[in-house]
Amino acid sequence: MKRKRRSMSFASRQKLAGFLFTVPFLVGFILLFAVPFYQAVMLSFSELVLTPQTFELRWKGWENYGYALQVHPEFSRTFTEVMVKLATELPMIIMFSFFAATILNSDFKGRTIVRTLFFLPVILSAGVVLKMEVNDYAQIMVQHLQEGAPFFGGAAVRSFFDAARFPAGMVDYVIDAIKALPTVIRASGVQILIFLAGLQSIPREVYEAASVEGATGWERFWLITFPMMTPLILVNVIYTIIDSFTAMNNDLVVLIRETMLRGAGYGVSMAMAMIYFVAIGLILLAVFGLLSRRIFYHV
Amino acid sequence: MSLAAKERWRKRIVALLRTVLLIGIAYVILLPLIYRFSTALMSIEDLYDQSVRWLPRKPTLRNFRLMWEHMEYPAAFARSLFLAALTSGLQLVTCSMVGYGLARFNFPGNKLVFGLAIFTLMIPPQLIMTPTYLNFRFFDLLGLLRGRSLNLIGTYWPFILMGLTGTGFRCGLYIFIMRQFFRGMPKELEEAAYIDGAGPLATFWRVMIPGAVPGLVTTFLFSFVWQWNDYLYVTTFMAGRNFLPQALEGAATKVHKAIDEASALAASSGFLDDHFYSLINNAGMLLVILPLLILYIFLQRYFVESVERTGIVG
Repeated sequence: MKRKRRSMSFASRQKLAGFLFTVPFLVGFILLFAVPFYQAVMLSFSELVLTPQTFELRWKGWENYGYALQVHPEFSRTFTEVMVKLATELPMIIMFSFFAATILNSDFKGRTIVRTLFFLPVILSAGVVLKMEVNDYAQIMVQHLQEGAPFFGGAAVRSFFDAARFPAGMVDYVIDAIKALPTVIRASGVQILIFLAGLQSIPREVYEAASVEGATGWERFWLITFPMMTPLILVNVIYTIIDSFTAMNNDLVVLIRETMLRGAGYGVSMAMAMIYFVAIGLILLAVFGLLSRRIFYHV
Repeated sequence: MSLAAKERWRKRIVALLRTVLLIGIAYVILLPLIYRFSTALMSIEDLYDQSVRWLPRKPTLRNFRLMWEHMEYPAAFARSLFLAALTSGLQLVTCSMVGYGLARFNFPGNKLVFGLAIFTLMIPPQLIMTPTYLNFRFFDLLGLLRGRSLNLIGTYWPFILMGLTGTGFRCGLYIFIMRQFFRGMPKELEEAAYIDGAGPLATFWRVMIPGAVPGLVTTFLFSFVWQWNDYLYVTTFMAGRNFLPQALEGAATKVHKAIDEASALAASSGFLDDHFYSLINNAGMLLVILPLLILYIFLQRYFVESVERTGIVG
């Protein structure tokens, strides 16, 4: 055995080591994830029937899928709406969080406090806090307050753009962007932190070397910061898509839950979920395909 | 204007713009929290005072006291702290190792494993929670235990197993973050370590980990916060046990009951309405999130310190 290992080349030993690093995850995937997931898939092809003592599954084949796509009154429409909403919000979230992380990474007084502030949405938009918030009348009032606030009203912005004779479609996008700002800011906490950590891990010497060579701030950003952050831009794009698709208040997730509890039943809701996941999966694959080639990695 | 003066003006303008922007953003983020604080400090009289909107006229810590008592805060805090530290510690170790394996070793199936990690992130846990519960309730390792099965519900084992194997809540994200961090690091140091005869594990531990501190801190923070706040897993695997999320959810009803019993006046039940629930629930929520803020203020220093450290290493 020992002889055999010694005879392995460095390259194949490295391959084995790399595989071994990932073995814990593979074991967990098979034992703790694949099994429950398989059962959920099976449910999407069946009907769950509760009997007095227990429950049974009746095989229905593709019937649930057909129902979700063709018969269900809201599924297809909600599906489209969710996609459109994501397409508008995704660029805003990525740009805003990159921008915010850049600011937080620069040196200024009170940085600790501001950084703590930006971390708040991560805490406030998760788990039990979010759950309690839905029923809390005080928070609902705050939302009304902010929607009515002149800061985000957009009337002034509209008159400015109208006066400057910008095309109406563009004006609408800008106004929507301003209105969505509170949502965007609150949805960016995780992304900002990921970008910030990325900015922090760029060695300072690289910038110093560039400055010595006479690079301007603009050049330093586009030739150093941006390329070195591209791996994390990919993370944030993928995370933003997944986060928005799996959020508890995503219209489609709400619809799936409603269908499970009150509507056409467990089987149909699972079929809806599966269609949804296939769609998300395809989108993610497309994003990976588009972005991977543009990412800078040390080779 | 001289060059130095120009530069000074440029800096001032940048600082001004930054300040304006940060105040705007702070307003959006802080508004709900400030409102939460002021609500938590209000007394019942303030609720009925029409002139009170933001600032309580008779601020009181009574809501906090009530929640502290009825959430059994110290015990719930200790339990949640243990669980979050355990889970996030295990997740950090596993996910950074898996991330390193995916980042730097070109073994066959690398892309597939990475795809599977993203896949686990894509499936909302609510969707497979029922089968997952059954999996742990009758845990038999795919029949490997020969017909016997273990009941792991009510123990820490589901959290330990999911943490150790990187399949817990959002572990796919942590694997992804760590993979990207390791891929973004220069290769020269590793190569030097291999030439010196260090094995992959030693290289990972001594060379890669010190350079990836910002990534590790970020991963740990997310993992800790989401476990601390988690409602779904803890109520599924630890039903009936008093962790902070359960404590927070149940306390309002307990307070209600206690007040009803304490005051012989039957009229009291009338004023315990949604508004009073809002006061005490806001106090309770602050009690839950405050430790996280303290943890963050403590940990965010590592963001800064690690720069100097990578400076030395790289």
